[in-house]
Amino acid sequence: MATMQAGSALPVRQESHFLKGLGRWAFVAPVLLLNLVVIVGPAFFGVYIAFTDWSGVGDMNFVGLENFQRLLQDQVFWKALRNNLVWTAIFLVVPVTLGLLGAYMLTGIKRGQMFLRVAFFVPYVLPSVVTTHIWRYLMHPRVGLGQWLSDNLGIHFLDISWLGSRETALYAIAFMDNWHFWGFPLVLLLAAMSSVDVELYEVARLDGASRFQQFRHVTLPSIRPTLVFLLLMISIWSALVFDYIFLTTGGGPANASEVLGTHLYTSAFERFQTGYAASIGLVMVLWVALVVGGFVYLRKRGWEI
Amino acid sequence: MSAAEAKVRTAAPEKQPGRNLTSLPNYVVLVILLVFALVPLYQLVVNSFKTRVQIGFDPFGLPEEWLFSNFIEAWERGKYATTMPNSIILTSATIFFVLIFAGMAGFALARLRLRGADYVSFYFLVGTAVPPQFYMVPLFILWRTLGMINTFHGLIIIYVAQFSPFSTYLLRSYMVSIPQEFVDAARIDGASNWQVFRKVIMPLSWPGFLTAGLVVGLGVWNEFLFAQTFLPRPEFKTIVTSLYAFQQRDGREWGLTNAGSLIMIAPVIILFLALQRRFIEGLTQGGLKA
Repeated sequence: MATMQAGSALPVRQESHFLKGLGRWAFVAPVLLLNLVVIVGPAFFGVYIAFTDWSGVGDMNFVGLENFQRLLQDQVFWKALRNNLVWTAIFLVVPVTLGLLGAYMLTGIKRGQMFLRVAFFVPYVLPSVVTTHIWRYLMHPRVGLGQWLSDNLGIHFLDISWLGSRETALYAIAFMDNWHFWGFPLVLLLAAMSSVDVELYEVARLDGASRFQQFRHVTLPSIRPTLVFLLLMISIWSALVFDYIFLTTGGGPANASEVLGTHLYTSAFERFQTGYAASIGLVMVLWVALVVGGFVYLRKRGWEI
Repeated sequence: MSAAEAKVRTAAPEKQPGRNLTSLPNYVVLVILLVFALVPLYQLVVNSFKTRVQIGFDPFGLPEEWLFSNFIEAWERGKYATTMPNSIILTSATIFFVLIFAGMAGFALARLRLRGADYVSFYFLVGTAVPPQFYMVPLFILWRTLGMINTFHGLIIIYVAQFSPFSTYLLRSYMVSIPQEFVDAARIDGASNWQVFRKVIMPLSWPGFLTAGLVVGLGVWNEFLFAQTFLPRPEFKTIVTSLYAFQQRDGREWGLTNAGSLIMIAPVIILFLALQRRFIEGLTQGGLKA
């Protein structure tokens, strides 16, 4: 209709269908091309590298499944995979619970809601390099919070080397990342809770529902889509964790806090086993594919998620 | 308290004055959470103004005297005179190109009945689902072959590619809500697609551009893994990677490294507090982990 009206512009505008389509695609082309060069192309190349013995320079020999056979026998790989699973479990529970608690408490107050929401979200905008710095100090066995509690309040068991001990390193790092992250679920869930119909709560109250029952039977069902999205994203992100481990322990002590991301990084950039690193990367791809695939499958099966 | 008293209390919510009482437990929980969120930051700030000695015996008190020399020394030791411009270049160039390219793509997806738009969405979805560590290794080798390691444009291209899909969707959702009449009016005046984008869509969807710009800026400013890998030379380090090196070197100088950390996060915190609604909206919409 626009071309009809623009009669004064003369028939020059009657471009072919093909050219018009091309003109439209030109708007998407830069983003598509950049993604092809930076992400999709290298990703396909990575799949190939995973089946070679390449060191990053020189000859590249196709070795079939050799890298994957090595993976199966690599103790560090299994340790890393297990740590990623532990990490996932922690993050599916702790920050989501804190977020639910904080958001639900925020919906019940009038004054200070805005201020508190912002304050809770501040740690989320900090870079990993600062968050780890803050907590490396607080968790320091001699100068940190544990030492201070021991000196001033007589609480003596906390001044241990959280990051230096094999039993606690992974959990200590998860704690740091959790401090940084939990404001994100809080804000997301708060937005979902704020859009729940107030009348539902009133009906529940009239039925004599306690605050917990209201939460259980009104809030939770209403925010389910947001909650499911959150759990899905956490399940994906937990496969990719890197910064917090690399910046604090580098995977140590004795691989106690190793994850797939750090194992891949050291394999590629410190041991120059590019092919092997790519095969670890493929495991991460598989993880993401399984999570997304499982989600799609359950939804197709009629689960209301 | 007696059972009778308790009964009276629970009956209170019916009346207005009872409101404050019922929300008291909420405030108790929220204050505990607030302490958890802010005490670590409080420590970061106060200790950056203290002498090494005072941090040693009094880590959580206020500074005996507020010492600004930590910041001056941290600025020098952390080489901020080099790394601050580096980070500003990377951040602003990435924001600029992401907004142009993602703006164009968002416009095409929102307004130009693009045949195959579904495939584009699928492509973006796959692209964003690939773990960065997986494509990083082959990308590093490609970039090395092209001589783009230790160059700003090399890393800027990577960042633009990484942040564009998210921004495209954010901007698209803004552009869909612009009334069609504005577009039609421009078409009647004979405007081309590009002119419609430049003159009509861009000005009307500025909040979307601002939000996307903030999220992208925060992401690049804070980014560690790719900056560490693709810009390893000291003169190209960003504030993040040089702060990491600084922390490694002067690990026990908590006053200095705290001051260094504050220098890096000050602009972020100020911008965040000023524009928190947009920040929070952008960060939660895209599901982006910064």
